[in-house]
Amino acid sequence: MTQSDQQFEKINRNLFKVVGVRESESEKLAEKSISFWKEVLLRFSQNKVAIIGLLLLLIIAVMAIVVPMTSPYNYREQLGIYNASPSAAHWFGTDDLGRDMFVRVWEGARISLFIGLTAAIIDLIIGVLWGSIAGLSGGRVDNIMMRIADVLYAVPYLLVVIILLVVMDKGILPMIIALSITGWINMARIVRGEVLSIKNQEYVLAARTLGANTWHLIKKHLIPNAFGAILVTMTLTIPTAIFTESFLSYLGLGVPHPDASWGTMAAEGNKALTSAPWRLFFPAFFISLTIFAFNAVGDGLRDALDPKLRK
Amino acid sequence: MFIALFVIITVTFFLMRLAPGSPFASEKEFPPQIEEQLNAKYGLDNPWYIQYMDYVIDSFTFDFGESMKYKGRSTNDIIFESFPISFTLGMEAMLIAVGFGVLFGVIAALYHNRFPDYLITTIAVLGISIPSFILAGLMQYFLAFKLGMFPISGWKGFIYSILPALAIATTQIGFIAKLTRSSMLEQRNSEYVKLAKAKGLGKWTTVFRHTLRNALLPVVTYLGPLSAGVLTGSFVIEQIFSIPGLGRHFVTSIGNRDYTVIMGTTVFYSIILLFAVFIVDILYSYIDPRIKLKGAKK
Repeated sequence: MTQSDQQFEKINRNLFKVVGVRESESEKLAEKSISFWKEVLLRFSQNKVAIIGLLLLLIIAVMAIVVPMTSPYNYREQLGIYNASPSAAHWFGTDDLGRDMFVRVWEGARISLFIGLTAAIIDLIIGVLWGSIAGLSGGRVDNIMMRIADVLYAVPYLLVVIILLVVMDKGILPMIIALSITGWINMARIVRGEVLSIKNQEYVLAARTLGANTWHLIKKHLIPNAFGAILVTMTLTIPTAIFTESFLSYLGLGVPHPDASWGTMAAEGNKALTSAPWRLFFPAFFISLTIFAFNAVGDGLRDALDPKLRK
Repeated sequence: MFIALFVIITVTFFLMRLAPGSPFASEKEFPPQIEEQLNAKYGLDNPWYIQYMDYVIDSFTFDFGESMKYKGRSTNDIIFESFPISFTLGMEAMLIAVGFGVLFGVIAALYHNRFPDYLITTIAVLGISIPSFILAGLMQYFLAFKLGMFPISGWKGFIYSILPALAIATTQIGFIAKLTRSSMLEQRNSEYVKLAKAKGLGKWTTVFRHTLRNALLPVVTYLGPLSAGVLTGSFVIEQIFSIPGLGRHFVTSIGNRDYTVIMGTTVFYSIILLFAVFIVDILYSYIDPRIKLKGAKK
């Protein structure tokens, strides 16, 4: 007690002086303010795995565009050298019909990426429309729309795709239709959830009180705020589509000959595994690499967009 | 649940009606009388709404009719003969997936941001990225063909099931390990874990008695998608390892355009999956008292 009393005695008025208020500095921000998207970009670029994924995707995309255009071989040209192992002339070897595997792999990349991207974009369009209409209207419309989605969601995805492909002719277009016919539901659910949570935020109420109409609300508040979740979902839809495509090609329901998709090539390679293992290895490697790259980018985006992880 | 089943039955029925190619197409040329008789036998000469009614009734009484390809074999026979094999394989795969997935997840969370964590996260990402059919091919080539550690294919006992089960489970191990890791990390800073630590409980006691119980909730939710993944995984895996399971019959019947078998198997699969989701829902409300079954209506 006495100790603290002594301390208090030491501290007296004379130790303090008036500094005054400097108007110019009181409003200064300690740190530079950056916009939300700049910060997301910054955090994304600090994520090594995500950047590697992005680079891999770029490389794969460039190779898929360039190689089939510049290569001396055509992907359906039969060169008369059967099951040749990788060499200087044929970097990835040749297959049982004497076709150059290097060109076929990158032609396959074109087809697989095209199917994956198109299916994801269709999912995006249907899903966003469905989800936002349901979320915005609310009430009975919302109820009915989401019940329909729920029932479709309960049907196992791959079974539906398989059944559809049995019915339709083989090809790239039927594959895209089959992939996107139930694929949009996930997107619709996420968009609806976002819309519902944003709709009831105070700032939306404030905007409405200030006289903003529905279109303005959608444009200025809903889309920018739901954009992150949509972007992440979409990046994560693409690898699923690519995986499903290769899975179905493997079952013999995929893209027909002589077109090359990674799944068809892997399936053929698996049959020749003991004599020509490179025929499975190369397509398998690139399927896995692409799926990994998309997943890495998607995870990185999700982490970068997560406001909980903001510093 | 029943609505979903009804939708599945209806959709498969109408899609099969639209399908090009007749199941009898591969038979040799036969006189129109025989074709008529075949159609009559399978009820294909009735108008579509009667066929549809018949099919719905048959489905609910679990009678999927006779195979159009293999005379005298009913779809029920095929299902009952081959499903136990697929079921054994699937159960094994699920046990492996949950067991290793949770174990890896716990280890990764305990050694957060240290070497074991990085190792396991990498393995999990690889497991998710490599499709199961590729992994199956590689395992078959290296472990069975080159090293001779396992039989290459067939179904004659436990040792035959190890590689296929592993191939199906690997992707799922990755997912479950990731899930367990993140939910363990979330629990790490909660009050009850701090209390357990303050009481002086050991690291592993805390994990098993306290953290894991709560951290496993997301994993339980994942059991529904897990069973779907295992089931569809079996289509290809059974093909690769030539296991006479239902998945392989399903794929064969697709190739044969054997409509009765395709439809029967699809409906059967859907019943199993819906049932699995249903069980998970019940399990979930049992484990987590915060969720009441009444409110869990999705």
